[in-house]
Amino acid sequence: MAKRIDIKGLNLYYGRFHAVDNVTLSIPPRNVTAFIGPSGCGKSTVLRSLNRMHEVIPGATVDGKVLLDGEDIYDAGVDPVEVRRTIGMVFQRPNPFPTMSIRDNVVAGLKLAGVRSKSRLEEVCERSLRGANLWEEVKDRLDRPGGGLSGGQQQRLCIARAIAVQPDVLLMDEPCSALDPISTLAIEDLITELKKDYTIVIVTHNMQQAARVSDMTAFFNLSGVGRPGQLVEADDTEKIFSNPGKKETEDYISGRFG
Amino acid sequence: MTTTTSLDRPAAPQPFQRVSGARKLKDWVATILVGLAFVVAVIPLVWLLVTVITSGYRALMSSAWWTHSLKGVLPEEFAGGVYHAIIGSLLQSLVCAVIAVPVGVLAAIYLVEYGRGRVARMTTFMVDILSGVPSIVAALFIFALWIGTLGFQQSGFAVSLALVLLMLPVVVRSTEEMLRLVPQELREAAYALGVPKWKTIVRIVLPTAMSGIVTGVMLALARVMGETAPVLVLVGYSRSMNFNIFNGNMTSLPLLIYSELNNPTPAGQLRIWGAALTLIILVMSFNLVAVALSRFSAIKTK
Ligand SMILES: Nc1ncnc2c1ncn2[C@@H]1O[C@H](COP(=O)(O)OP(=O)(O)OP(=O)(O)O)[C@@H](O)[C@H]1O
Ligand SMILES: [Mg+2]
Repeated sequence: MAKRIDIKGLNLYYGRFHAVDNVTLSIPPRNVTAFIGPSGCGKSTVLRSLNRMHEVIPGATVDGKVLLDGEDIYDAGVDPVEVRRTIGMVFQRPNPFPTMSIRDNVVAGLKLAGVRSKSRLEEVCERSLRGANLWEEVKDRLDRPGGGLSGGQQQRLCIARAIAVQPDVLLMDEPCSALDPISTLAIEDLITELKKDYTIVIVTHNMQQAARVSDMTAFFNLSGVGRPGQLVEADDTEKIFSNPGKKETEDYISGRFG
Repeated sequence: MTTTTSLDRPAAPQPFQRVSGARKLKDWVATILVGLAFVVAVIPLVWLLVTVITSGYRALMSSAWWTHSLKGVLPEEFAGGVYHAIIGSLLQSLVCAVIAVPVGVLAAIYLVEYGRGRVARMTTFMVDILSGVPSIVAALFIFALWIGTLGFQQSGFAVSLALVLLMLPVVVRSTEEMLRLVPQELREAAYALGVPKWKTIVRIVLPTAMSGIVTGVMLALARVMGETAPVLVLVGYSRSMNFNIFNGNMTSLPLLIYSELNNPTPAGQLRIWGAALTLIILVMSFNLVAVALSRFSAIKTK
């Protein structure tokens, strides 16, 4: 399970627009790495390039290497579908499949991959929902539609869906931005819990959240209007928040930004 | 109420003013205009329905109407029925749907999920052109191609082919719209689970858009069922039953109405209105089925 990611000289483009410039970063396994930085600096773009979701957008291109335990996911022979099976993702807005029940949502990845065995699906469903701290709340209504849950529950349902396929890495793009403080705490606890088994990368605008949940923090910034975003520095979270190496980082973290 | 104590008085003067007279007047005028427009739109509709129902309902009362053809029935005789024409209409439009729906839905999937660049633009352009083709032109084209060039006989199937030309653009357009309504996030959620693109389309996107697609298809079918030009050009009239769509004359409701127009007797008149009412009922039941199906397959949240 849990694998390390090495990003090497990564440049990301939307058509002609150069969105992210030359990122090099190592993400250790069984760790939570937080991406922070001002809006539009390319955090989501970098995150999406880690499981080849970037190229889903028409015109979007990638240049550089992303090594997963040493293997380049952008190698010519690599199947993006396989990459995404290994590297799961949770999005900013909860997006359960509207036509499916809670149960079917959780096991959607397995079912669509052709797993038929009822008992196996049952088991994975329960394990994933327990893993996402949702089991107690929904165990009596697994056949109800997933869209009928509250926002926080839906987000945990999406996390359960993502971990049901047992990825090695879990990417989360502002998973708590649409949630109340209690659901947020539940998900933060969950992240701390999950990092035993997974490599986790999380994008967040919430400094306290980054400080609370992450072991390592990467600060991204824009070098100027219309210029590509870039990685300013990445280090242990404690160090970044107490004694950052660059003035830029300190200004951003202490709110003296822009 | 007259003895206002200082406690009853609002602490601050009323912040809101009353609705002014001019605004009341405008509101009143707008309400009247909208109401009038509604009445103007509804009157002809109601009028039409009332005329058709009052002139035709008697024909529908006899059981023979639904179970017999006009075989051996004299023009002036109050007897026989339109069973053959109902079957003809249903067969022709169903065969049309069997061809047009898969092709239309697949074309829409191509346009929304895969289409980029020139081929997609060409397809969209063709669909636009096709949706502007009058039904008589579609009928003449099939006549020239199917009967003139390829040498087939007139038949119900030729009608179905012309109907396909009329139904296809409607199906493509409505399906396209429904697919575009499916949020991109759902596709990305599926991709992120390691689901291949085609499976995402079949198992996630199509089910999500299903109710809208079904409604679109049903409405297109209802529309096509009343088309008259193709049946006048492409198939012969028959007073008796014909289940074979590929061979022989085959009557549909519009064709029956058209040919009974030559029958000036009261029996003929009744048949015309009766057939018109039957056609309306048929089309309406298709719309109802569409509503029911879309309820059934709608996205559930509770
Ligand atoms: N689909 C897209 N097409 C074109 N440009 C895009 C697209 N998505 C993002 N961009 C651009 O790429 C740059 C980086 O965007 P990105 O979404 O990665 O920022 P972010 O750091 O995640 O911001 P936020 O914190 O607001 O989510 C921005 O300038 C943005 O306008
Ligand atoms: Mg973002």
